[in-house]
Amino acid sequence: MNTEESYEIRLKVNGKTQQITAPARRLLSDALRGELGLTGTHVGCEHGVCGCCTVLVDGAPVRSCLTFAVAVQDREIRTVEGLAADGGELHPVQEAFKECHGLQCGFCTPGFLMTACALIEQNDDPTEEEITEAIAGNLCRCTGYQNIRAAVRYAAEIVRSDKT
Amino acid sequence: MTTQSFGKAIRRTEDDRLIRGHGSFTDDAGSAGLSLTMIRSPYANARILSIDVSEAWDVEGVQAVLTYNDLPGRLVEPLPLLIPHPSLVAPRTQYILAKEHVRYVGEAVVAIFATDRYVGEDAAERVIVEYEPREAVVGIDAALGPNLVHDDVPGNVAADHVEHVGNVDQALVGAPHVLELDLDMERSMGSSLEGRASHATWDRHSRKLRIQNATQTPTSVRFAVANILEIPDEQVEVFAIDVGGGFGTKVIHPWPEDILTAWGAIEYERPVKFTEDRVEHFISSSHERAQRHQIKVGFDDEGRILGLDVDFVHDNGAYTPYGMIAPLITATQLPGPYKLPNYRVRFRSVYTNTVQVTPYRGAARPHAVFSMERTIDRIAAFLDIDRAELRRRNFIQPDEFPYDLGMIFQDGRPAIYDSGNYPELLEKVLAMIDWDGFPERRSQTPSGRRRGIGVACYVEGTGLGPYEGGHVRVETGGKVQVSTGLASSGQGHHTVFAQIVADELGVPFEDVEVVTGDTRRFQYAVGTFASRAAVMSGNAVAEAARLVKEKAIQIAAEALEANPDDLEIVDAQVQVKGTPARGIPLAQVAVLANPLRYSFSEAARAATQFAGAGDLDEPPIKPGEDPGLEAAGWYSPVRSTFASGAHAVEVEVDTATSEVEILRYCVVHDCGRLINPLIVEGQIHGGVAQGIAGALYEKMAYDEDGNLQNASFMDFLMPYCTEIPEVEIDHLETPSPLNPLGIKGAGEAGVIPVSAVIAAAVEDAEGFQINHMPLFPSELHEMRLMNAEVSE
Repeated sequence: MNTEESYEIRLKVNGKTQQITAPARRLLSDALRGELGLTGTHVGCEHGVCGCCTVLVDGAPVRSCLTFAVAVQDREIRTVEGLAADGGELHPVQEAFKECHGLQCGFCTPGFLMTACALIEQNDDPTEEEITEAIAGNLCRCTGYQNIRAAVRYAAEIVRSDKT
Repeated sequence: MTTQSFGKAIRRTEDDRLIRGHGSFTDDAGSAGLSLTMIRSPYANARILSIDVSEAWDVEGVQAVLTYNDLPGRLVEPLPLLIPHPSLVAPRTQYILAKEHVRYVGEAVVAIFATDRYVGEDAAERVIVEYEPREAVVGIDAALGPNLVHDDVPGNVAADHVEHVGNVDQALVGAPHVLELDLDMERSMGSSLEGRASHATWDRHSRKLRIQNATQTPTSVRFAVANILEIPDEQVEVFAIDVGGGFGTKVIHPWPEDILTAWGAIEYERPVKFTEDRVEHFISSSHERAQRHQIKVGFDDEGRILGLDVDFVHDNGAYTPYGMIAPLITATQLPGPYKLPNYRVRFRSVYTNTVQVTPYRGAARPHAVFSMERTIDRIAAFLDIDRAELRRRNFIQPDEFPYDLGMIFQDGRPAIYDSGNYPELLEKVLAMIDWDGFPERRSQTPSGRRRGIGVACYVEGTGLGPYEGGHVRVETGGKVQVSTGLASSGQGHHTVFAQIVADELGVPFEDVEVVTGDTRRFQYAVGTFASRAAVMSGNAVAEAARLVKEKAIQIAAEALEANPDDLEIVDAQVQVKGTPARGIPLAQVAVLANPLRYSFSEAARAATQFAGAGDLDEPPIKPGEDPGLEAAGWYSPVRSTFASGAHAVEVEVDTATSEVEILRYCVVHDCGRLINPLIVEGQIHGGVAQGIAGALYEKMAYDEDGNLQNASFMDFLMPYCTEIPEVEIDHLETPSPLNPLGIKGAGEAGVIPVSAVIAAAVEDAEGFQINHMPLFPSELHEMRLMNAEVSE
């Protein structure tokens, strides 16, 4: 019963282009996690509210659980695995989350990292309001957000000091 | 000396893999195999008339579609009652798949095994279940009414329990003043961002069932699965590598899906995974917090409490898998830091057609503290005495420890406070928030706003038994491997246990690697809950490290021809005290600890049989010794240790919108000696945030038919960063005399007094009584209208 039509989909993730075969309804989150094995992107609610699944598409934060894989063919997708090379130097947001104890269970963390990354790569001197505005779409149940705010602030500081 | 780690704000060892996206959560495991999809009841109370699964079998990719009648062996039995209690006269637990009856919206009815979740849900749409709905029992009023959740449980009463200290009736008759209060709290839930999950694989060659499970209690999941599947424990391995938050919900086990994935893996010889989605987490895991309390308190002219009589009703939902733990905690933790010479508490735990109620972070203490602190504030208002002063007059004093409450705690042992300093906690938090300066600040409140201040104190029983264990092994490469059986879900166990072992053993922190929650590494454990992990496993790994140190010194003494009493371990070297030149690396001691026939490295040659070491008249392993530089240590406390704290909050309430804004939130916390202040403060931040969520934003909105109307993050208002203020923290360190490290639990504390303290501050701002939490702007608005009418 109901054999589903599959599509060849070219996904450009973390600078690498890979081809997958998937039905049109395959969510980007499931394609990243399942077909590409990039399990760093997490799924917390499947209705676009928690922000755990946030990835960057052409530099902007996007809910991968509300995006079909087929819809982002050939776009530049960045996931948490692309922030630092394997075993290599951490991205400033990663460094800052570690330094400021900005994570506990770590499940929401990839979404926060990608959101914060988009913010500080555009604006390395955000105000408190800009930080709040940026991360106000991501849920965390462990940290109470205090150290996450501190981490975003500190990540921007690292970026600024790297430039000088 | 080796640099001390205990007490330092060391950055977490867990973080590197988590921030690189290399964590290993249960849903990350295995891409091939079967996915388990559940069909759940849309009715809160109904008889199942028929189930037609025939069309679902036809969907391509479906392996099997099961109902109750298809279940084999012990899978037909109700799930285990995890914690029996004498008061629980009518325990009920659910079946793996509903048998004839469903008792809450969300109860599992049909299980579908399919190639992926997409296919499973396609198949689910083709299953037809016919129900005969009955009147649903929703809420405490309905539970006390005529309709039944279980036909054989009269009055819906699962348990009716009384505890009594002193003589309350006499105390109330003799008291100069008596007040009565009615207080109630709504439901919320843990809402970890990772839902429940299990991934089971069956290796038919080695005959091992390997289960990665998002659980707080892997060892018990293992025993439960082996028991129900009727296979030897030895064939079952359970591990929780990374768990995306637990908050109590993931203590419950086995879930129906835990058993079905395990059984399916063997039956179909394919890996089977279940990953709960968000709606399922709302309607088929666990809730907590709905309780209604009637309180009668007698006191003298100075505000000293003479007698307290509490009668409360606990809504336990449709089933009682975790026994009466939640209401028992309310009963015994209600006295808090105050002397109650005459105290009686009665509770009835009642069934409703809603999701089961089991402990959620704080575990019925928020209700206890809400009840006690509201009572204290009400006495203060009645006598016109400062609320802080009234607390001072009723505190247990620092020289009165150990202080016996005269009750039995949730561990089945006497509730005896081991240590604390409640007056100092209060003075510190009052100074922090500048309690005395509040009238001045209030006078400067902007127009359109009302300002209020509140304070609340609590005592939390933590670190309860029966036991935990730890294993420490020094590898010949120099790494120190540590394992303990309980699981981690964000508490930083890998870091703090490494700190403890590094100090006890005398090795650098960086050399210690910790594994938690893996039955392949450590088979005996209880679990992570009740703020117990640091106390229990912390002391266990410390003991294991001490035993390893003793052994290392014995072996090194022979090798160095020195007196063991003259040796110490510094920076991973066993050496003559103060003489680093006469020493032997711990790694080499590990080689010598294992007499070898076969060498595997240059260093290992020293341990081989022709190396010439040792007394040839003694066996290589002497009686009573074991090979390897390793040891297991255990910690089993005689009873719980009691942490404590005081919170103060200043709020502003908008006169137009009735919105509550938190201006300052101050915490003084006493969990004994701090292992890692960074981690403790993180735990407090998160706890307070969950407390604020429960006080101002969250509730489970059931309609009268038992439908959960807000079963999504769109409607269940879990706070974002925009709702949570900065929390200011100070510590008091009153060591526990019960354990060698002097520590107490810290995981749940933050959440416990939040509803109480916010209610106090809003009451102070508004000038009318707050007896109900959570407090939404719409409700506060209604209360204003009502109170305005009353005063007119």
